[in-house]
Amino acid sequence: MTYNINDMGYYGEFGGAYIPEMLYPNVEELRSRYIAILEEPSFQQEFGQLLKEYVGRPTPLYFAKRFSEKYNTKIYLKREDLCHTGAHKINNTIGQILMAKRLKKTRIIAETGAGQHGVATATVCALMGMECIVYMGAIDIRRQAPNVARMKMLGARVIPATSGSKTLKDATNEAIRDWINNPVDTHYIIGSVVGPHPYPDMVARFQSVISQEIKQQLLEKEGRETPNYVVACVGGGSNAAGAYYEYLDNTQVGLIAVEAAGKGIDTGESAATSVLGKIGIIHGSKTLLMQTSDGQITEPYSISAGLDYPGVGPMHAHLFASGRGEFISITDDEAMLAGRELSELEGIIPAIETSHALAIFKQRSFKKEDVVVVNLSGRGDKDLATYIDYFNLK
Amino acid sequence: MNRIEQRLRQDKKILSIYFTAGFPSVHDTVPILKALEDNGVDMVEIGLPFSDPLADGPTIQASSTQALQNGMTTAVLFEQLQGIRETISVPLILMGYFNPVLQYGVEAFCKKCADIGIDGVIFPDLPLAEYTNHYKSIFDRYGLLNIFLITPQTSDTRIREIDAASRGFIYMVSSAATTGSTQGFGDMHTHYFRRVAQMKLENPQIVGFGINNAQTFSAAIEHTSGAIIGSAFISLLKDKGVEAIPKFVSSIRKI
Repeated sequence: MTYNINDMGYYGEFGGAYIPEMLYPNVEELRSRYIAILEEPSFQQEFGQLLKEYVGRPTPLYFAKRFSEKYNTKIYLKREDLCHTGAHKINNTIGQILMAKRLKKTRIIAETGAGQHGVATATVCALMGMECIVYMGAIDIRRQAPNVARMKMLGARVIPATSGSKTLKDATNEAIRDWINNPVDTHYIIGSVVGPHPYPDMVARFQSVISQEIKQQLLEKEGRETPNYVVACVGGGSNAAGAYYEYLDNTQVGLIAVEAAGKGIDTGESAATSVLGKIGIIHGSKTLLMQTSDGQITEPYSISAGLDYPGVGPMHAHLFASGRGEFISITDDEAMLAGRELSELEGIIPAIETSHALAIFKQRSFKKEDVVVVNLSGRGDKDLATYIDYFNLK
Repeated sequence: MNRIEQRLRQDKKILSIYFTAGFPSVHDTVPILKALEDNGVDMVEIGLPFSDPLADGPTIQASSTQALQNGMTTAVLFEQLQGIRETISVPLILMGYFNPVLQYGVEAFCKKCADIGIDGVIFPDLPLAEYTNHYKSIFDRYGLLNIFLITPQTSDTRIREIDAASRGFIYMVSSAATTGSTQGFGDMHTHYFRRVAQMKLENPQIVGFGINNAQTFSAAIEHTSGAIIGSAFISLLKDKGVEAIPKFVSSIRKI
């Protein structure tokens, strides 16, 4: 029994590649080659070196003493917020740009919601001298102006998605349409563990460096590789996939996935896919997604732009359906308070996405001797305006 | 024999029209079908609107969004089509994305299609492998033909695989593009149509994507069994309404 992907590209009943024939050659080329490319020593060497010298890895595993005292357990923070560009997203874009080079692609497209993945993609395209086009919902472009500016500064072209609800899912549709129209020279850098096989697996492998480091760092600090729990927020689920990866099949380690409840599960303004979603197909993957009874995909809501995706990666759908993962929903208010609390107790301002993961300690208690690793997926600089408005700190 | 197969036996190039159910207004489905049949269209694809139609260009996307706002759903469409075979005899194909079908229930969907007299289905995001492994037996049980797409990038080996799994016809996507491109057909397209024609496949080919007038229609049917017009027809409905259908259809056939 494994909770990782099987030979057919499925996690349990979730995953697969539900793509139009127009995308088949692109996706098939990637599927048939990604493992071999990943395992090439020259790829491993280049990837490892860039993660070390450009991204700044390994990121610290920090024992949060005051936060731990407050909640009477041992809480470690995996500091992905200290990565170049401010979040874990760059682990994946570094991996994918090296993949694209080996597939002889010259043009990069990406989707972005909050803009973090767009910035991480624009960054690696600048690094490698590749053309970069980022699709972003027209509404998100207005909401996330600083990240749009960063992408432009890095030389990327930001194209507004004006179809449908004009947010992340529509930006993803537009990126897929671009790929249909440019099947030969273009690689699509998907930003999360979503999309058709092999994307969920490929992105999870690039992010797995997070849990590889956790193992080693815990061994140094606690004399063992395994924590009792790993906690991560889940939108599409890439930071969680990376933090869980090495522990997927070790059932001694509790995997806690934290979703955005928005204004509350029953308010109609939520992004808690495990609670509100049903099995269906989104962006080429069979997974849990929020939809109407007629099968139309609905627009989720969260105060955090990085968590308002209507689906969840197929790995997480399987962790939920199999009971391997423990899923918790956190409201906007709970997340905002947790973000402020960490800022004041530890001097670390987390991204609002990450604040959702930090908020579980008010909902759920742990034993005093438990070792709980929280993946601190991103820093809060991009969210300062939202925090300041919320707490009226002007 | 299925109506699609029957129609393709006739020695006449097929003109097939796609429209989005529920557009321009929710009650237009049956009037559009009647106008198309009365004006000599050979086959019709009825589009099930979807919130996230990722193989479609702006025209069909916009019509889907409008149709959903108008209240179109799978259940509403089936209700409208109940008894349609008393008046309409052209082959009817439902075309859409697979998620709404999953929610309706694949078996219930196929059964309803059979009851109504739907002859085939096209789901661009249900690929060959997933269909064969999970759903083929259900479609077969209700006599529904599942039509597959090929594109200029599809390898000969895969075209043969798709041909072997197909019944009715193969939907030939004219170029690497979403629906609604209006660039006309050049040597590249002709070469592709001819290349596939020379493969002597079991199933006839019908071309879709990028056919918007008499010129592109006649270029498309030169080496194939017919062609499908979608976005150009949607634009017509949007600009001129259902009354403009007779003139449009005759303009396509005029060459």
